[in-house]
Amino acid sequence: MSVVVVGYVPHARGRAALEHAVLEAHRRDALLVVVNSSRGDALVDEEFLRGDQLRALHDELTASGLRTEVRQPVRGRDVAEELADACRETDAELLVIGLRKRSAVGKLLMGSAAQRILLDVDCPVLGVKTPPHEA
Amino acid sequence: MAIADLLGGFADALTPVNLLFALLGVLLGTAVGVLPGIGPAMTVALLLPATYVLEPTSALIMFAGIYYGGMYGGSTTSILLNTPGESASIMTALEGNKMAKAGRGSAALATAAIGSFVAGTIATLLLALVAPTLVQVAINVTTADYFALAVLAFVAVASVLGSSPLRGLAALCLGLYLGLVGTDVLSGQERFTLGIPQLSDGIDVVVVAVALFAVGEALYVASRLRKGSVQVIDHKGSWMTRDDWRRSWKPWLRGTAYGFPFGVMPAGGAEIPTFLSYATEKKLTKHPEEFGHGAIEGVAGPEAANNASAAGVLVPLLTLGIPTSATAAIILAAFQGYGIQPGPTLLTTEGPLVWALIASLFIGNAMLLVLNLPLVGLWVKLLRIPRPYLYAGILTFASLGSFAVNADPLDLVILLALGLLGFAMRRFGWPVAPAVIGLILGPIAETNLRRALAISDGDLSVLVDSWFSRVVLALALLALVGPVVLRAVRGRRATPAEVDQAQEEDREVQKAANREGWGA
Repeated sequence: MSVVVVGYVPHARGRAALEHAVLEAHRRDALLVVVNSSRGDALVDEEFLRGDQLRALHDELTASGLRTEVRQPVRGRDVAEELADACRETDAELLVIGLRKRSAVGKLLMGSAAQRILLDVDCPVLGVKTPPHEA
Repeated sequence: MAIADLLGGFADALTPVNLLFALLGVLLGTAVGVLPGIGPAMTVALLLPATYVLEPTSALIMFAGIYYGGMYGGSTTSILLNTPGESASIMTALEGNKMAKAGRGSAALATAAIGSFVAGTIATLLLALVAPTLVQVAINVTTADYFALAVLAFVAVASVLGSSPLRGLAALCLGLYLGLVGTDVLSGQERFTLGIPQLSDGIDVVVVAVALFAVGEALYVASRLRKGSVQVIDHKGSWMTRDDWRRSWKPWLRGTAYGFPFGVMPAGGAEIPTFLSYATEKKLTKHPEEFGHGAIEGVAGPEAANNASAAGVLVPLLTLGIPTSATAAIILAAFQGYGIQPGPTLLTTEGPLVWALIASLFIGNAMLLVLNLPLVGLWVKLLRIPRPYLYAGILTFASLGSFAVNADPLDLVILLALGLLGFAMRRFGWPVAPAVIGLILGPIAETNLRRALAISDGDLSVLVDSWFSRVVLALALLALVGPVVLRAVRGRRATPAEVDQAQEEDREVQKAANREGWGA
C-alpha cells in the first residue's frame, strides 16, 4: 500500500497542498496521511485544527472517497521534523507541502520550513504554490 | 474638601509625563492580564527595581494603571479562551465563553469593558469619598488595634484565597517566616540569618516576590510545556444591542455594590464578590434558561464586581497601610521603597501623592475603555508568543531586577532557591498571595505587637483592651472557624441535588483554576 503524506494548515497554501495531495492519492490509489502539527509552546496556535475546522476536514476527506488518516502531533517539534517523521514511519512515496513567498530578509530572520523539509525528507516532495488570486 | 484635593490630584496626574506613565501602565497591565499565569502582582514586582529612579508619583501612577489594566485583560482571556488570566475572572469565563461560542463575543467583551469602566469609576469615586473619613477614624487606632487588623487581614486572606484554608495558612506562615529573617528592629538581635552578613538586612521583598511569582511560574510552565494549545474564539457578532444594554446596567450596579465593600474588607481580593454577583444575577434574571448558555448578566455582574473590588482594596491600603491582595502588598512595598510609610498618616503627610494616584485611577480607567475594545485583536495576538521566549524574557528581567536591588550575587542564589519554593507551591496548589502578604505585612504587624506589649509591660490583655480590637479579633476568629463550621453544618443538611450542583460548580471553578492556577 503506497502512502501520500500532506502537511496541512488552515490557510490558502494548506488548501492548495491538500487539493493536490487528494489528486495524487487518487492517481496512486494511496492512503492519504494528513499531518497538522503544533509545537504546542504558544498558548494559542491558529494553525492547529480544532472543533469545527477539524470536523470540516474530516467531512471533506470522507467525501473524497480516499482512505485517509489525520495526525495531529504536539510534541514540541517543528513542522519539518514532524513531516519527516511521518514520511519515514509510513514509508511514504510522496510528500505534498504548500509554499508561500518569503523575501530574502524574511528567510534570513525566520528560516524556511519548506527548505528544511526538502533537505530532511527522504521521499520525493511536491511543492504547491498558493494560486495567486487566493494569496 | 475631598473634591478640592481630588482636583489637585488631577492637576498632578494630567501632566504629559504622568499621562505617559499611565498609558504605559494600562498597556502593560492589559498585556499581563491577558496572558494567563502572569498577573499584575508579578509585573509590579518585576518593575519595582526599575522604578526606584522615577518620581514616586509617576511610578505609582504606572502601578495603578497595571493594577486596573490587569483586571480588563483578564476578562478578555476568560471570554475568548475560557482560560481565566487571573482567579477573579473565573466567573466571567463561565458565561462569557459560552457567549463567544454562540457568536456573541463582541457583546460579551463590550459588556465586560463598559461594566468594568462603570464599576471602576463609581468605586474610585467611593474610594475618594471614603478614604478621608476613614483616616479620621484610623488616626485613633492604637498599636494593639493595628495588630488586630493585621491578624484579620492574615486570616481572611489565607482562608479565602486558594483551594483550602490549610494551604492558605501554610503559605501565610511561609511568608511570615521569610519576613522574620534579618535584624530585629527593637533588640538588634539577628534572626535566621545563618551567619550570612548580607542577610542581616533581611531578604529584599523584591527578590522574594519576583522569585515566588516569576521564577516559580516560569518553572511551572516549563514543567508542562507540552500540554498543547487552546482554541481562541473569534470576537465576532454584533456589538451590544439595545436589549443587551437594558439587561446589563443593573448587573453592573449590583456588581459594584458587591465588589467595593468586599474589596474594602480585608477578605482577600475579588473572588467572593464575583461569585456572589454571579449567583445573584442567576437568581434575579428574567432569562434563567440562558444561564449556562451565555447570559449577558453573568458577564456584566462579575466583571463589575471584579473592578469595584480592585478599587476597594486600595481603601485599607491607603488609609491603614493594610494590603489585602498580592498586588496591594507589592504596592505597599513600593511605598516603603520610596521611604513612605503607608498608614493613617499617609493622607496628611503625602496628600498630593495619594490624590494624584486616585486621579490617575480615573484616567487609567477611561484609557482602558478606549483602548481595550479596538485593540482586542492585538491582545489576542500576544497569546501566540511561544512561551519559551516569553518566560526566558521574564526570567532575564527577574534576575536583572533582583541583582539590581543590592548588586549582590547572593540575591541571585536566594532568587533561585525561592523560585524552586515557588514552583513547589504552584505544583501543590499553595496560593502565593498569602505568602507575599505575610512577608510584607508581617514585620509591620510584629512592630505594632511589640510596641503594644512594650507599653503594657508585657501584659497580653492589652491586645483585647479596646472594643475595636475585640471586634476585629472576633471577626478574624470567625474567618478562621467559619468556613470549617459552615462545611460541617451544610454537610448534614444539604440535599443530594444541592450537593451535586455545588460540586458541579466547584468542578468548573477547579478546572479553570487548575488550568492556570490561582495567580495574584
